[in-house]
Amino acid sequence: MFYREAGQFKTSYAADQQMLPIPMDRYFVIGVVLVAAILIPAFGSQYWIESIMVPVLILSIAAMGLNILTGYAGQLSLGTGGFMAAGAYMSYKVATNMPDFLPVWIPVLVGGLFAAAVGIAFGLPSLRIKGFYLAVATLAAQFFLLWLFQSIPWFVNNSVSGVPSAPPTTILGYHVTGAQAIPEAKYLFVLTFVVILAIIARNMARSRVGRSWMAIRDMDIAAELIGIRPLQTKLSAFAISSFYCGVAGALWSFCYINTVEPTAFDIGRSFDVLFMVIIGGLGSVLGAFLGAAFIFLLPIFLNNVPGWFGLEIATDIVAHLEFMIFGAAIIFFLIVEPHGLARLWQIAKEKLRLWPFPH
Amino acid sequence: MNDTASTARDSASTDPGGKPGRIGDVILRVENITMRFGGVKAISDVSFDIRKGEVRSIIGPNGAGKSSMLNVVNGFYQPQEGSIWYNGKTYSPMRPHDAASNGIARTFQNIALFKGMTTLDNIMTGRILKQKASLLEQAFYIGRGRSEELEHREFVEEVIDFLEIQAIRKTPVGRLPYGLQKRVELGRALAAQPTLLLLDEPMAGMNLEEKEDMSRFIIDVNEHFGTTIALIEHDMGVVMDLSDRVVVLDHGSLLADGTPDEVRKNQAVIDAYLGVAHD
Ligand SMILES: Nc1ncnc2c1ncn2[C@@H]1O[C@H](COP(=O)(O)OP(=O)(O)O)[C@@H](O)[C@H]1O
Ligand SMILES: [Mg+2]
Repeated sequence: MFYREAGQFKTSYAADQQMLPIPMDRYFVIGVVLVAAILIPAFGSQYWIESIMVPVLILSIAAMGLNILTGYAGQLSLGTGGFMAAGAYMSYKVATNMPDFLPVWIPVLVGGLFAAAVGIAFGLPSLRIKGFYLAVATLAAQFFLLWLFQSIPWFVNNSVSGVPSAPPTTILGYHVTGAQAIPEAKYLFVLTFVVILAIIARNMARSRVGRSWMAIRDMDIAAELIGIRPLQTKLSAFAISSFYCGVAGALWSFCYINTVEPTAFDIGRSFDVLFMVIIGGLGSVLGAFLGAAFIFLLPIFLNNVPGWFGLEIATDIVAHLEFMIFGAAIIFFLIVEPHGLARLWQIAKEKLRLWPFPH
Repeated sequence: MNDTASTARDSASTDPGGKPGRIGDVILRVENITMRFGGVKAISDVSFDIRKGEVRSIIGPNGAGKSSMLNVVNGFYQPQEGSIWYNGKTYSPMRPHDAASNGIARTFQNIALFKGMTTLDNIMTGRILKQKASLLEQAFYIGRGRSEELEHREFVEEVIDFLEIQAIRKTPVGRLPYGLQKRVELGRALAAQPTLLLLDEPMAGMNLEEKEDMSRFIIDVNEHFGTTIALIEHDMGVVMDLSDRVVVLDHGSLLADGTPDEVRKNQAVIDAYLGVAHD
């Protein structure tokens, strides 16, 4: 079985326009999804599922969201944490106040839609300001939103602590959110969102809306002159990006940390997700997954690997190492390979397609 | 290509009345346009018209206001005075979206492609105003989200075949050489099936062979699709060969307006421009 890009001729535009035009890629993705949906919940350890797979998948959703805004539409945002918080708080509010017979994905979606509305509001300045100044404006959104959700007790049903537990909700009698839910159930719940949102992201990227985003990113003046409306296009990127972040925020609260709290969505989170996008690859859906896995797993890796070899490394050194590796990776990808790990993966495939004859 | 007389094109399409048969009524009138940038007067009180189906060239030395004029026509610049009459409506000023949605497309003197996108995607953006699928249809690639993609892809493939750029379909345009980028940019404009095509120095920086290719594309577009073309070009041989009528600008003012022969014989033009720039 060789991976082949060469020699895969398309006989119709429909075939060439498929989400993954190369059959090998299609089988690979289907295989990954099947492994993720069946083998991991069946055989994965609780620790792996609960503490690694779930958060990596949720962060991938946030990274896909930021990638739409920054990677495709070219609008830099440091407000990811704030948009995630918007999703988390609103879906908590809905989940705790809706009739029991409504399915649990409804509050998650409403949280996403609320985040989208918030994203549109904070995206409005993007018509006038760009680059660094826009980043500062979204940074203001980050701080304002966290302050807002902390200051209005309505969002947490006037809970005394201000940090309520995630609501326990069920599907077919199984808990899928909150502390009572078993890891496998949470995982499958999260995975469903991941798969659907990844498909949607790929579809948008190959449609009119995706091309409009990229056109605005690459040359907004030319885009306007061929009839693309800049404000509408930028706001749609803000809305859809924030929708993804909002869903990620809701899932983060409901299925990972089991509480709704502002510290989970602070400025550090915004930067983490931005680094995932940079390291994974700007403008690539696959990159969101690679970046999320890299950023989330690197510290775990550094903490564990020396131990396997009988080495003792002090935790403070590990923390420093982590910063150094992140820093180096970010600088490398920003300067050398803006298309990130996803591009490196593609290059590896291109090498492979000609293997074993390089010419 | 240089000075091989202007007659080839004129005679082929001239009816007995002396008026080229493929040329129709006036579709665009530039009316008393004045455009200032601070103290600089880029265009002063210029008027001319463009007839349906013709190739209308705008010539003049550097800084004469040619690019600014095209920018006024497609709404990128809004002039202080004057208006644009186009297809029965007066625009003062024209806006970019009006221009694009009423069939005015263009290429730029300094290529304005979307560098990170492939040739195919760049040309597909030319179809954007014709795509109507809702966001949901696009998100799930169903209904019009799918059918429109296939339909427009088919048209874009025709453009790609016409321009002979099949081999670079999937290449990000930022990696293409200059001449090919110019061609892709023409493709993006053609994909919109424009009524009026504005070309700002489409052959600048090209070698002879590339210029010949580009001239051929321009003639084909004009003759086979009946597209009206406004062309800015410095190569006098090309201008005299391709144009039905020529406008000469100098320092923002209209110096002459007429057929290539008339313009060539115009003493003011010879003094101001042709005598200097033309060997
Ligand atoms: N955006 C602009 N801002 C300021 N000045 C401009 C601008 N565009 C054009 N000009 C000025 O207008 C004059 C005409 O320029 P242009 O239309 O580009 O000439 P041409 O295309 O004939 O070479 C020049 O003096 C140029 O500096
Ligand atoms: Mg110019």
